[in-house]
Amino acid sequence: MSIDILMPALSPTMEEGTLAKWHVKAGDTVKAGDVIAEIETDKATMEVEAVDEGMVEALLVDAGTENVKVNAVIARLAGEGDSASFDTPASPAAQDDKKGGPAPAAKAAPETPPSSHPEQAQGAVSKDATTAPPKFNDAGERVFASPLARRLAQAAGLDLKAIAGSGPHGRVIKADVDAARGKAPASAPTQSGAAPAAAPRQVQSLEQQGIPAGSYDLIPLDGMRKTIARRMTDSFRDVPHFPLTVDLEIDGLLAARAKINAMLEKDGVKVSVNDLVIKAVAVALKRVPEANSSYTPEGIALHHHADIAMAVAIDGGLITPIIRAAETKGLAQIAVEAKDLAARARDKKLKPEEFQGGTFSISNMGMMGIKSFASIINEPQACILSVGAGEPRPVVKNGALAIATVMTVTLTCDHRAVDGAIGGRFLNAFKALIEDPLTMIV
Amino acid sequence: MDFDLIVIGSGPGGYVTAIRASQLGLKTAIVERAELGGICLNWGCIPTKALLKSGEVYEQLSHLADYGLSSGGASFDFPKIIERSRGVAKKMEGGVAFLMKKHKIEVLFGVATLEKGAPAPKVTVALNAGGKRTITAKHVILATGARARTIPAIGLESDGDRVWTYRDALVPKACPKSLIVIGSGAIGIEFASFYRALGADVTVIEALDRILPVEDEEVSKAAHKAFEKRGLKFRVAAKVTKLSKSKTGVSVALEAGGKAETLIAEVAIVAVGITGNVENLGLEALGVTVDRGHVVTDGHGKTNVAGLYAIGDIAGPPWLAHKASHEGVHCVEHIAGLKPAGLTAPIPGCTYSNPQIASVGLTEAAAKAAGHEPKVGRFPFRVNGKAVAAGEIEGLVKTVFDGRTGALLGAHMIGHEVTEMIQGFVVAMTLEATEEDLMATVFAHPTMSEAMHESVLDAYGRALHI
Repeated sequence: MSIDILMPALSPTMEEGTLAKWHVKAGDTVKAGDVIAEIETDKATMEVEAVDEGMVEALLVDAGTENVKVNAVIARLAGEGDSASFDTPASPAAQDDKKGGPAPAAKAAPETPPSSHPEQAQGAVSKDATTAPPKFNDAGERVFASPLARRLAQAAGLDLKAIAGSGPHGRVIKADVDAARGKAPASAPTQSGAAPAAAPRQVQSLEQQGIPAGSYDLIPLDGMRKTIARRMTDSFRDVPHFPLTVDLEIDGLLAARAKINAMLEKDGVKVSVNDLVIKAVAVALKRVPEANSSYTPEGIALHHHADIAMAVAIDGGLITPIIRAAETKGLAQIAVEAKDLAARARDKKLKPEEFQGGTFSISNMGMMGIKSFASIINEPQACILSVGAGEPRPVVKNGALAIATVMTVTLTCDHRAVDGAIGGRFLNAFKALIEDPLTMIV
Repeated sequence: MDFDLIVIGSGPGGYVTAIRASQLGLKTAIVERAELGGICLNWGCIPTKALLKSGEVYEQLSHLADYGLSSGGASFDFPKIIERSRGVAKKMEGGVAFLMKKHKIEVLFGVATLEKGAPAPKVTVALNAGGKRTITAKHVILATGARARTIPAIGLESDGDRVWTYRDALVPKACPKSLIVIGSGAIGIEFASFYRALGADVTVIEALDRILPVEDEEVSKAAHKAFEKRGLKFRVAAKVTKLSKSKTGVSVALEAGGKAETLIAEVAIVAVGITGNVENLGLEALGVTVDRGHVVTDGHGKTNVAGLYAIGDIAGPPWLAHKASHEGVHCVEHIAGLKPAGLTAPIPGCTYSNPQIASVGLTEAAAKAAGHEPKVGRFPFRVNGKAVAAGEIEGLVKTVFDGRTGALLGAHMIGHEVTEMIQGFVVAMTLEATEEDLMATVFAHPTMSEAMHESVLDAYGRALHI
């Protein structure tokens, strides 16, 4: 009997990926843990390990094939016994659980997040952190959804496969589509079966708006672009946000940085202004923990650690790798981690847990000369800090005009969790740390 | 801790909850102050259906010639009709006792009161057999149900003789020659229908401007006509100002359209709604939030007191047995950590008059009020082959769809045995069917259910037989 190796889902939102490379060929014998292939998604490249042993009977998808659907059969192992029969649909739960149903012969390295893992950061579609990841089935095609949910999802331009179902056996129902659309399900009296459906946003085509076809090139929407579009739209529409802006004098910071870098030169470590900003944010969050929070229907979650997500521009979009528990880390360690994460982000080699689940975001456009800007809340995080360029500016000191290097930062706050006073206290704490960097170490 | 769960009240909410709890491995006790099965089995749903069946069969006897049949003069033995109804209730009660035993649920007959306790309130039962017993559990579910609302200030309260509630109306000594029913909800209409079938002169008084006011307006109208044809009389938009008793009967003073009127009858039935059994349970001392006779709960039946839950009639409308069971199962599954789907399933409502009325979901007016652009379909039974063959051509099926999404918002039916047919639409709504799925469903021929299909088709201008 042969064992099917299925295209793994590397993140909860992954629908398809590119089979970049095979590490085995037909006739090879593999054992559990052997790397057999590399998969590329919109966000990352991952190695696929064998979980069963056996001889590779056939590679069914050529290396370099794009848009391979999750759970499609990519190879077949000649195994023992009667473990697999592909025509039995298996739920992802059963596939994760080696005890039940046909076991897939391959798993992603690292393991995809368990179903209880709240979808966060770039991965989130549903706002309900308790729902299971999207349901794939069969060859990644069949999704259990109510007829009404199908129709509503289609009308809203949503992919059912990316919606977590809350009905029996994970069936996607109307309420799930409403939630994915960023609309709280309208509360209907128990006796009424359905609540008023929101009309999907009507978007006119470019032609309808007077831009003739053929006068532009169309870049198809890839997974990352769709995720960005959906998350940013949901956040900007549904999160009541406000910006708070403050100017920071960073001459002291720059001098400290020069000293620190001179000290660290022998170790080959170079601390950037951004690393100092990460450190200062982490320390400031420790002092004002209310700013390190998430709004949930059950209450305001105050996060124990400052898991700082930093926006990194990559080909075709951006991603937010995370410095975990940054408040516990020294500057040198932050610098090393940030550099490594940014590099691997650009190579799309991040693991899902490295970009999902931050508690506070930083977006720095200083290197592009942007003076100030206000970012969009990265749900479920309550705050995001937008960092502008440090530049010499006239300032008034003791009643006289002087020149100082000034950097403008803007904190966007989710007003449901962070009021103006909290945001203000955080920025004051942050400003004190940046303008007197020595205080960061006490 | 004596039990995992104590359920107070053994009506269709309580006893079903206890069975589900037992299935989930919870050690469960149930407290009942009267009969197992509660009002539903003993004084409500079930014995009234027995009476109504007697009335229906008797009515049909007068139509035998329509079917080419004849028989001797029809007559009835009223005490036997009541006896049959009581027998049916007794049989069902015995069934619940068997189920409790089968599921190893301890039954305590007595009156329960609650006291502060942790993790859930303590329950003291004044046993009917004498003595007291205090039991504790991790969770306590209130399922004490409800009773008829009375308005003593204007005489609307039972005296068991001339003024009845549903309870008296189930066991009268004789069939009244004339009857005034106050309230035209399901309970009032069912009793009116039964006593009218046996020949009583029945007048129904309704405060709102139409009978069966929770039903779709078209169905209300059709029901009004059908009942009038059977000799029922109605006063709608009529306010009862005073009910007075004499030795021989009652007189009911009412005002309608600015005019006063007094009706006289042997007996009056008060059916002006339901009020939750929230008294004498110790809820006040516990600080349980009660609003207008009902315990306030969250989406899983939880009250504001730790470890205390409430389901069914005591937790508020709709006051329906199946709603109570559904809430109870949800509540206990939630307690057991099963994460049941939300309590959003559509709940059908049925009135077992002749003809019957059944509905689920939004009425056309409610759909409009909720911002839908309803697409409405109708189909009368009078052109349905099976209905014509059976001589049951009264009534119609009406369906309400959301014009934008095709979601089935509601279905409303009046006609022969429509209470058995509504389930098709309930399943469709629960599964979130759209018009497309219902149109693509094959309905057996010949059945009255084909009118359901046709009604759906009609909503989209595609009805075949009209």
